[in-house]
Amino acid sequence: MMLKPTWKSTLKALLYLLPALLILVTFNIYPIVKSFLMSFYTNYDFFKNIINERGFSNFIELFQDPNFIQALQNTVIFVIGVVPISIILSLAIAILLNSKIKFSGLFRTIYFLPFVTSVVAVAIVWSWIFHSDYGLLNYFLGWFGVDPIDWLTDPTFAMPALIILSIWKGLGFNIIIFLAGLQSVNEQYYLAAKVDGASAWHRFKSVTLPLLSPTMFFVSIISIINAFKVFDEIFALFNGKPGPANSALTVVYYVYQKFYEEWEFGLASAAAFVLFIIVFLFTIIQLIIGRKFVHYQ
Amino acid sequence: MDVHLDQLTMQFNDTTAVDSITTTIKDGELVSLLGPSGCGKSTTLMLLSGLYKPTAGDIYFGDEKVTTMDAEKRGIGMVFQNYALYPHLSVLKNIMFPLKMQKVPKKEAIQQVMEMAKLVQIDHLLDRKPAQLSGGQQQRVAIARALVKKPKLLLLDEPLSNLDARLRLEMREEIRRIQQEVGITAVFVTHDQEEALSISDRVMLMNNGVLQQENAPQQMYRKPENIFAASFLGNPPINFLTLHKTENNTYVIQGSSQTLELPSMKWQTHEAFQMGLRPEDLYTVPEEEGLFSGEIIHMETIGRDTLIRLQLGDVTVRALVDPKSRLRVGDRCSLAIEPQEVHYFDPKTGERLRGGNDNDAQANLEKHA
Ligand SMILES: Nc1ncnc2c1ncn2[C@@H]1O[C@H](COP(=O)(O)OP(=O)(O)OP(=O)(O)O)[C@@H](O)[C@H]1O
Ligand SMILES: [Mg+2]
Repeated sequence: MMLKPTWKSTLKALLYLLPALLILVTFNIYPIVKSFLMSFYTNYDFFKNIINERGFSNFIELFQDPNFIQALQNTVIFVIGVVPISIILSLAIAILLNSKIKFSGLFRTIYFLPFVTSVVAVAIVWSWIFHSDYGLLNYFLGWFGVDPIDWLTDPTFAMPALIILSIWKGLGFNIIIFLAGLQSVNEQYYLAAKVDGASAWHRFKSVTLPLLSPTMFFVSIISIINAFKVFDEIFALFNGKPGPANSALTVVYYVYQKFYEEWEFGLASAAAFVLFIIVFLFTIIQLIIGRKFVHYQ
Repeated sequence: MDVHLDQLTMQFNDTTAVDSITTTIKDGELVSLLGPSGCGKSTTLMLLSGLYKPTAGDIYFGDEKVTTMDAEKRGIGMVFQNYALYPHLSVLKNIMFPLKMQKVPKKEAIQQVMEMAKLVQIDHLLDRKPAQLSGGQQQRVAIARALVKKPKLLLLDEPLSNLDARLRLEMREEIRRIQQEVGITAVFVTHDQEEALSISDRVMLMNNGVLQQENAPQQMYRKPENIFAASFLGNPPINFLTLHKTENNTYVIQGSSQTLELPSMKWQTHEAFQMGLRPEDLYTVPEEEGLFSGEIIHMETIGRDTLIRLQLGDVTVRALVDPKSRLRVGDRCSLAIEPQEVHYFDPKTGERLRGGNDNDAQANLEKHA
């Protein structure tokens, strides 16, 4: 039932929304606005909360800081490294789990475990897996004649290690979402496609993918936003450091450093704002692409 | 292409959905699969399409054994009960999909789609999405999609069940027209007897996965092979009276004290049998000429027919009578029937013993032979 909104109904709705709204405004909206404003504080006495000067110099300084440039680069590499593989892998696993196999319930639980496990615990386990001398990964690679790799201490391999961990960590959530999407696709379309002479690949391409596009869209937006925000995994995997020689320094980690370690609130806010703009642009681009390719039933 | 089923069986866990069906569907024929819900009609169609593989028995397309061939390779056309049009594709692309799978060049494909769209009269809707079509239009799209690749066999699973009464009538004539125009072999599933009897060259009646009878529509009605076939066809349904032999070689109607005697019953040696009387074959007569009589307990007039319900002892009998007759509820009334219109069945096996309009049926058989 769709009624036209009236003042009365709007007020009533607002009343219901108020509790959640209060919390959101206090802990989300206000800090966002505040940090946006803070990014323009160029001379700030944070002991007395006196703003002596405002301007753009934070942003100028930011883009002259090689660390920030590296953080930007690392973040982009991370996003490109994690998101596509994570989506393809989780879609493939979801399709396997959705087909008629034995113990599929058990497998679903196994794949979902990383999602519900604490990042810190996961990172500790992985730091052992990545261990250069005793690590499982090196042991496994050894079978193929690959020399032991210093995953966590060599700047070249720190980022790949982080990417592997993050893909694995994000798999469970994506799989569950894809499974839900797959289950909402009516079996009839596959039967029809079979009768129409479509091979398994064509059925995937012409039926599954288009009908899964809303799910795909949702998953990719969430994954990209999450990947841009990566922090916990780095902190836990590299023991509170942004990897060897800043090789795993991402934008959020940079913000953290500036804010909590160097008390450069203006700079931290400016960096956060830059990240916000990047994520915002990406989301807009995805929405535009999505409008063209996503089919809503 | 003749389609031949040989002892076709489909077993799901503990239910036998299709139970050793053997039959041949002739080239260019439209065959209806008729039966109550759950009797295995859809399963039979799925077996023909190759979407299910039988647990026993074989399917032949012409001389070729296709039992284990996948649906993708069988090259059949199928219209699903809910049409299953691809929701993300336009009507044009829906119809073109099978051609795309066959890698027909695009130009040629579009031309074939246009031809097919004209045949089913939806050529003005090609740009729409399925959700923007009415039920009848969706059905035509589904038929066009099934026909566009020029299949040798067309399967339709209750394609009309979602439509209103008038559109159903129109659509079923439409399906018949298209089927004859294209000259394709078709199997049409329905649980609606009227639909089956009106559209098809031959009706296959199923119950509990078993093929009960296959005949030309009229013959199946006139000469049902067993109690199930007799009771399934006909509206209002056929009346059954169970008769038991008495000492003096007359028969008494079970549940009442009336005895009755028919000339054609002389051959009877059975102790008991079941008599099937179609309501439209019964007519009212003066008391002394009646086969049996009873009190009218119900009367209704639907359109041009008047239906009465007669109580004789514990059983009731329905009859269609002349609307001009001045019968009232509560009247006593006697009914008679032409001897050759009576169907006799064995109450134990349910098989037909004798009866039905033999001559007529013979004529019908010759016509379709
Ligand atoms: N996939 C399946 N698994 C188990 N049993 C099934 C399956 N499909 C059908 N059956 C059973 O087989 C029998 C025949 O089913 P079918 O769908 O062929 O009936 P139908 O004649 O098409 O009925 P309706 O007119 O209701 O569509 C039913 O008893 C049904 O429960
Ligand atoms: Mg069915």
